[in-house]
Amino acid sequence: MKLEGQVRIPSGCAIAAVISKEGKKMTGDTVIAGMVPMHDRSNGLGGGFAGYGIYPEYRACYAFHIFFRDNLSRKNCEEFLKEGFEIVRAEDIPIRKIPEITDLPLIWRYFVIPFGSTLSRLQLDEKEYVVRMVTRINTAIDGAYVFSSGKNMGVFKAVGFPEDVGRFYRLDRYEGYSWTAHGRYPTNTPGWWGGAHPFALLDYTVVHNGEISSYDANRRYIEMFGYQCTLQTDTEVMTYIADYLLRRQKLTLTELAAVIAAPFWSTIEKMEPEARERAAWLRTVYPSLLVTGPFSIVLGFEGGLMALNDRLKLRSMVTAEKDDRVFIASEEAAIRAMEPDAGSLYAPAGGEPVIVRVKEGAF
Amino acid sequence: MEKIDASALDYRSLNEALREAGDCCRVTGCLGQRFIAAGMGGRKIVLDGIPGNALGAYLNGAEIEVNGNAQDAVGDTMNAGRIVVRGSIGDTAGYAMRGGEIYVQGNAGYRAGIHMKAYQDKQPVMVIGGRAGSFLGEYQAGGLIIVLGLHEDGKPIVGNFPCTGMHGGRMFLRTAPGRISFPRQVTASPASQEDLEEIRPYLARYCELFGCGLAKLLDAEFTVVTPDSKNPYKQMYVQN
Repeated sequence: MKLEGQVRIPSGCAIAAVISKEGKKMTGDTVIAGMVPMHDRSNGLGGGFAGYGIYPEYRACYAFHIFFRDNLSRKNCEEFLKEGFEIVRAEDIPIRKIPEITDLPLIWRYFVIPFGSTLSRLQLDEKEYVVRMVTRINTAIDGAYVFSSGKNMGVFKAVGFPEDVGRFYRLDRYEGYSWTAHGRYPTNTPGWWGGAHPFALLDYTVVHNGEISSYDANRRYIEMFGYQCTLQTDTEVMTYIADYLLRRQKLTLTELAAVIAAPFWSTIEKMEPEARERAAWLRTVYPSLLVTGPFSIVLGFEGGLMALNDRLKLRSMVTAEKDDRVFIASEEAAIRAMEPDAGSLYAPAGGEPVIVRVKEGAF
Repeated sequence: MEKIDASALDYRSLNEALREAGDCCRVTGCLGQRFIAAGMGGRKIVLDGIPGNALGAYLNGAEIEVNGNAQDAVGDTMNAGRIVVRGSIGDTAGYAMRGGEIYVQGNAGYRAGIHMKAYQDKQPVMVIGGRAGSFLGEYQAGGLIIVLGLHEDGKPIVGNFPCTGMHGGRMFLRTAPGRISFPRQVTASPASQEDLEEIRPYLARYCELFGCGLAKLLDAEFTVVTPDSKNPYKQMYVQN
């Protein structure tokens, strides 16, 4: 596989998302419809989706979605999984064979529960243990990539156009309260199954349009905390930054936005004293997590979504609402395809997070 | 007026249909098709729905009217003609436009008028009825940008960093100077009666298109922004 520097392809990408604030379920068809008018933003080298609330019958289990290069990597990985988890269910992820999606790896999912005895022996909380196990698989087991590892949610991705990827994974048969989608047009790195978006760790998922100029600075910093960037796409690092800042540093979503899309010092100077102090503190404590270069992202998590543009707003993004649903997309046309009558159309400013949460108890 | 249903057409077939249609046609069911009317002249096109990015790119004399919002890069590098949007537009409207006119009833996103330029009789004009996002007129090299601030959401008439790198042309904002911070290489001052006479025809056109009173529009303070010839932008790069 050719790495960055050996291959270069011009830019694009499309993102879309929909969420019901009431926690009402929708099939993947809605968000797939949004990707259709944005077809030309992708080039067929990657498409993917994240659905939240799709595995209610296994809500207590971590749902691992894993690509295997072959049966040997599957066997090695399963052996490793059995050591650390109770495997409640293991199966092929159902697919629809279509000519548009080719060169399939083995695509499996495992509903797993960490052994309580292991957790107490290691003195780790459950999520930290899962993160370490996922990182171990992705770095140490040849040909195995865990691309989804949250509870009651799942990522589905492939090399292909997003609308084809959605059909391929039969997303019309899953029901979730929140969906994100991505169409890829790889810029600096190869289009391969693991490199398609969303990038996921635990319940955090990121779809991204843009490219991260600060990638290597961000990667070096985040790898000091045990994360390993293995998927050859810059977006991966944003997922780990989100996990690090939200789960481990316990920052709020707004604070996460103020770190990765930090306002300019000249803008901070003009803020009210309290906000100014907070913004300056975040920039000072986490300078290595400032993400520069163009991006529009949707961060998915259990019970909500956050949309964010880079501070210079070098990529487009619009949001809109209809009844209990909120829509986010790279283009208004995508929102109209999901919901022709959506209103309250809004283009968030650079660095201005749009946070949508499902009402408590509804997911 | 001929009609084209765009709902099953991709951008290429839609543009082919437009080229084959007569001088005057109406397109319904637009949904994200890019490059609509790219490079076209000598015709009038009315669009219903949401046209895709780069609407009227390289436009060469055609008149386009959109009944709704438009997306990014409206009038990218347009040369002549007129684009009227009865709604708001996305980012980078009038990107490097070098002639013609763009009228937007509502708001513009980031970087409206970026790298607009002018030469002899080619004097592009963009009028934005509501507010504009950050980096308005970034690297503006010529032409005229007018922002009227008729929006009602209480946000500032323009976002951060307007006129960054501006080195030609003029910008008018319907607000008093002093409320906005500009970079050092431009001069922002209250518009004189003479200045306002210069933009009056474009304001009159805006009123005619979107139905509002010219007298009321003019009964407000205007700021005019021009690059400062004593502190030229070129010295950012070379001392000459």
